[in-house]
Amino acid sequence: MTDITFKTAADAPRKPPRAKRKPLLKLLFGDLLSAFLTVLAVLIILGLIPAFNWAVLDAHWVGGPAACQGGGACWSFIGAKARLILFGLYPPQAQWRATIVIVLIVAMVLVSLSPKLWNARLSLVWAAAIAAMLVLMGGGVLGLDDVPTSKWGGLPVTLLLAVLSLGLAFPLAVLLALGRRGKLPVARAISIFVIELVRGLPLVGLLFVAAILLPLLLPPEWTVDKLGRTLAALTIFAAAYLAEVIRGGLQGLDDGQIEAAEALGIPYWKMIWHIVLPQAIQNVIPPLTNTAIVMIKNTSLVLIVGVFDMLSAARSASTDPAWPAPSTEAYLFVAAIYFIICFSISIYSRHLERGVAARTHG
Amino acid sequence: MLSLWYSQRARSWAMQIALLGGLVLFVWWLAGNTHENLTERGIRTGFDYLWRPARFPISESIVRYDASDSFFWAYVVGLANTLWLSFLSILFATLLGLVVGLSRRSAHPLLSRFAGTYVTVLRNVPLIVQLLFWYAIATSLFPVPREALNPLPGVFLSIRGVYAPALTLGPGASMLLIVAAFLFVVALAAGFKLSAGKRLPAKAASVGLFVCLWVAVVVWLSGRLGHPIGLEAPALKGLNFRGGMVLSPEFAAIITGLTIYTSAFIGEIIRGGIDAVEKGQWEGARALGLSEHHIMFRIILPQALRIIVPPMTSQYLSTVKNTTLAVAVGYPELGLVVNTVINQTGQAIESILIMLAVFLSISLSVSAFMNWYNARVALVVR
Repeated sequence: MTDITFKTAADAPRKPPRAKRKPLLKLLFGDLLSAFLTVLAVLIILGLIPAFNWAVLDAHWVGGPAACQGGGACWSFIGAKARLILFGLYPPQAQWRATIVIVLIVAMVLVSLSPKLWNARLSLVWAAAIAAMLVLMGGGVLGLDDVPTSKWGGLPVTLLLAVLSLGLAFPLAVLLALGRRGKLPVARAISIFVIELVRGLPLVGLLFVAAILLPLLLPPEWTVDKLGRTLAALTIFAAAYLAEVIRGGLQGLDDGQIEAAEALGIPYWKMIWHIVLPQAIQNVIPPLTNTAIVMIKNTSLVLIVGVFDMLSAARSASTDPAWPAPSTEAYLFVAAIYFIICFSISIYSRHLERGVAARTHG
Repeated sequence: MLSLWYSQRARSWAMQIALLGGLVLFVWWLAGNTHENLTERGIRTGFDYLWRPARFPISESIVRYDASDSFFWAYVVGLANTLWLSFLSILFATLLGLVVGLSRRSAHPLLSRFAGTYVTVLRNVPLIVQLLFWYAIATSLFPVPREALNPLPGVFLSIRGVYAPALTLGPGASMLLIVAAFLFVVALAAGFKLSAGKRLPAKAASVGLFVCLWVAVVVWLSGRLGHPIGLEAPALKGLNFRGGMVLSPEFAAIITGLTIYTSAFIGEIIRGGIDAVEKGQWEGARALGLSEHHIMFRIILPQALRIIVPPMTSQYLSTVKNTTLAVAVGYPELGLVVNTVINQTGQAIESILIMLAVFLSISLSVSAFMNWYNARVALVVR
């Protein structure tokens, strides 16, 4: 059954008339309230002048610790400590390996940007790339020096934790969401229990649980190192939040889709894989990217259980007694890196949303 | 037999039994491991440690605590700090978020851009980085007490913390407060009543007049009672400030960081809620000749609230959970106390169970409130 309609000029959606733009002066001083707000905004900007002076005019851009005396930011500290902040305690002679890992992750993310490429093959490529990254970071094979995870640090750890926790959490989240929406009461109860328990806890609590309880729960001969335990906590945390997002997508799906698939006799898992998930996930791309941003920001919390990510590297770099208390600059540098990563994702998500909107309303 | 295999019911039962059995086996395996590990390490279990003296200091608290108090009381102190921190940051963040949200919606170009930048920057930087940043400013960029910054009269920012005037209440203070609050309501009501239907300048003038009158009466009353309410300003004596109210650098950093971070999210929620109210509502109300102020408070906000409240409660809930990040700068909220107790006693399972119970009960009560609220304000569609 198809409806054939002819579009005529009269049916074309009429755009609303454009609002007249007010002249700037009227916007700024048109009435009492706007004049007051203008003055307020100018006052706020004036209030920021000392910060600007500190960061730019009085700042020291080159030179060693001695040049950084007096007020003003000490940006030369960032130059001197960039290696420590970006790579942590990773052995300098093997640093090229950590650099390749960063480049590899960024390249893989850039490759995966286009929704056209999202298929099973891409996830295999990702799995291979991640295996290659872990080999590069850890070494011990192929003639690479062995670097224990306690020596890993900085940006590669932050990126690896983000990518691995999201990647491992996603299938788990799909199972939890399906369980919660499904017909089996036992599966539903387990899913609800896990999701609500994890979402009710702060991530810091969960990190403590993983750091302290996991060694108690597993047999004594199994040792999971600190990085692995942290990854486990981040993964289960991400899974619970992603599950709720995916559940939203499943709820938004028309029941008719499932009924039609059942009527055609398509087996359950085939139906899920080819019919339900593609539509459900496409509907929740904006909240999924939001969760991804949240998880990337959350990786910084591993500092609390002593994992040496970029933030803890920055913190330990700024305790160098040779430099005059440069922690503010170190944190601003880390903040800038996080900002670039998270802001790019949010721009990308807006771009994807426009694509979805164009397909569905076009 | 084959028909049993194809029966949907039988298969779903078999699957559920397998699932449940697997889960029971898994939990049993974990419990066995834990038992073995605990006996191997000689860790006692049970909750009797709660009543032993804690013997560790807690640097600041809003309820009385000293090291001879029990572990149980230490948890209570941590929880009190968590709740106090949550309450203050939620309150401040809501006020600031309202300002941010309305600024972003305003037609004023400077203000909306400014608010937009504020939201973008703060939402894309992890909270813990922001907390450490504020803490670094409070403990390294702020000057020594002798050269303390003095942004407002009576408020001093120094490396030892933030000093502000403290309220001192003398005899008769409560009576003065009650009378002043009552007179304030009367003055406002009179001002609005007299200027009802007038334009904004006339309204502002009338309300302003009554507020001035109220201030005069309160000052006169306070004089008659011998100034029972006073401010004790901190003063520099020797190497540090004496008197007034002091916020430790830890507390100041946490409250600043949490408030500013959360306000960016709350601003977006409020803006989203107001934007989500249909444009036709504005247009219809304008066509009826209602004043802008009337449209906002009587027509738009009540509808926006229905959209705003659910995300706002989950934002509040995550703020409560975010207070646990105070661990990073060493403010003793519940998470830090739990961590210290684990280090002292080794009783990890019990401590974590307690933390779990506390946060779960907060979460569940908030979601119970949410369900009640949703049921109350839900749009009734006939």
